[in-house]
Amino acid sequence: MSSLMEKSPLGVFQAHLTKGELAYQVCHDDNKPFFYPRAHAPVTGSENIEWRISKGFGTVYTTTVVHYKGEPPLNVAMIDLDEGFRMMSRVEDIDPMQVKIGMRVKFRVFPGTDKAAPYPVFTPAEGK
Amino acid sequence: MANANLAGLQRGSVAVVGAAESDLGQVAQGTHPMDLMAQATMRALEDCGLTLKDVDGLFVAATQVRMGPMAFAEYLRIKPKYFDGTVIGGSSFMTHVAHAQAALQLGLCSVAVIAYGSTQRSVSRAAASPRDFNPYESPYRPFMPSTAYAMAAMRHMHQFGTTREHLAEVAVSARKWALMNPKAWEKEPLTIEQVLNARMVSYPFTVRDCCLVLDGGGAIVMVRADRAKALKKKPVYVLGTGESLSHANISSMPDFTVTAAKESGAQAYAMAGMKPADMNMLSLYDAFTITPILFLEDLGFCPKGEGGRFVAGGTIAPGGKLAVNTSGGGLSYCHPGMYGLLVMIEAIRQVRGECGQRQVKNCNVALAHGNGGVFSSECTVIFGAEATL
Repeated sequence: MSSLMEKSPLGVFQAHLTKGELAYQVCHDDNKPFFYPRAHAPVTGSENIEWRISKGFGTVYTTTVVHYKGEPPLNVAMIDLDEGFRMMSRVEDIDPMQVKIGMRVKFRVFPGTDKAAPYPVFTPAEGK
Repeated sequence: MANANLAGLQRGSVAVVGAAESDLGQVAQGTHPMDLMAQATMRALEDCGLTLKDVDGLFVAATQVRMGPMAFAEYLRIKPKYFDGTVIGGSSFMTHVAHAQAALQLGLCSVAVIAYGSTQRSVSRAAASPRDFNPYESPYRPFMPSTAYAMAAMRHMHQFGTTREHLAEVAVSARKWALMNPKAWEKEPLTIEQVLNARMVSYPFTVRDCCLVLDGGGAIVMVRADRAKALKKKPVYVLGTGESLSHANISSMPDFTVTAAKESGAQAYAMAGMKPADMNMLSLYDAFTITPILFLEDLGFCPKGEGGRFVAGGTIAPGGKLAVNTSGGGLSYCHPGMYGLLVMIEAIRQVRGECGQRQVKNCNVALAHGNGGVFSSECTVIFGAEATL
């Protein structure tokens, strides 16, 4: 039996991020990848779960540009990682309106601060 | 051929006998959401000729009242025999109808009140509906719920060629209906150009693609069919219900162009023994202009992907082929945070024939569809007049 006394799913995910890694989980009972990280796999309920490191390449599933008053436009996108899981993120280094559905993107870490944990973002990776 | 979730529910076993809104729009400073719930509840009881003493079933959902049934029972000083505080967003109240039907059929209660109230315009949306922190979404600062629905719209546009003009058509159609509803918030005409050129919120949505943010509430009263006929108004029978949960966070929505309305609609049609073509009007939760488009597809009024082209040219506007959101909807009539109860009240009034200038002719069957979260919970109720039993 696994324990939540020492490590949490979010804690493991963030520990990988601090090493520059995008981690996700695969359930060994049905061999399906899933995201967000969980203590038990969805559908099977299994704790027979393996952490894996994504190669970091994905495709934009959908995208939007948020307009907060007094701030530059902000991209929010859904990314389908090549390993078969989807996550919310942001595509950087590009005009937010130029982020297109189907665009190839590559993971990098948005560094954390004293107050906030690091989190994954993406940049354009045409041809990859 | 039964409702997959609630197989024991019987078509027409219960009826809505009372229905009312509270004051809507911007209420006096200091008004509590339960003041609005109580006002709507007493109006709905007056509507059918019952009193607070008759109420023994209480169904409450509200974002500003965490323990709804308990708090509202205290406010009213009643001791309901049966209560339910299921909160799944704007569709909570359609779920309450199905659950009230089950409780009424089983004799767990005999007069059920479903109530809602919100002061989100007065206290601000951020204060009225604070969002859960999600470590896998919140860091990206999505403007929720608009951003989630905007991403669904973008995917629909990409996959099926839906345009921003198609989206705007939904807002313009709603506005035309609203101009025939004295209770509607919006009083001026609206054009497609005005929708497209309004302040951008989350692309492709301008503020005119997004529902109103208003104070308001509502209540309905339900009893078993055998008791309904003796009351003041024509009973509006519950012919079918369906409920479906798909996800909670937008990141977990399986396909951004297909909603769980497919399942809730199929359940409701099966229970009612009816099909889309049997519906005389639709009340579809229009939190954003994309939502009625997806519901028209998923509830069987047009093929998947055709929703944008379907609404073009005034199809769902007054005088169009299909009467949708005759109140003016959440886009132009009223949206008090969780709008599902008002969605049903318009459908109930259409079946009663109480809608004046905007009344749909010979309206015997109306479908009310509720949406909650970010396309997360989808619940459908089909209402019918006595002639449909």
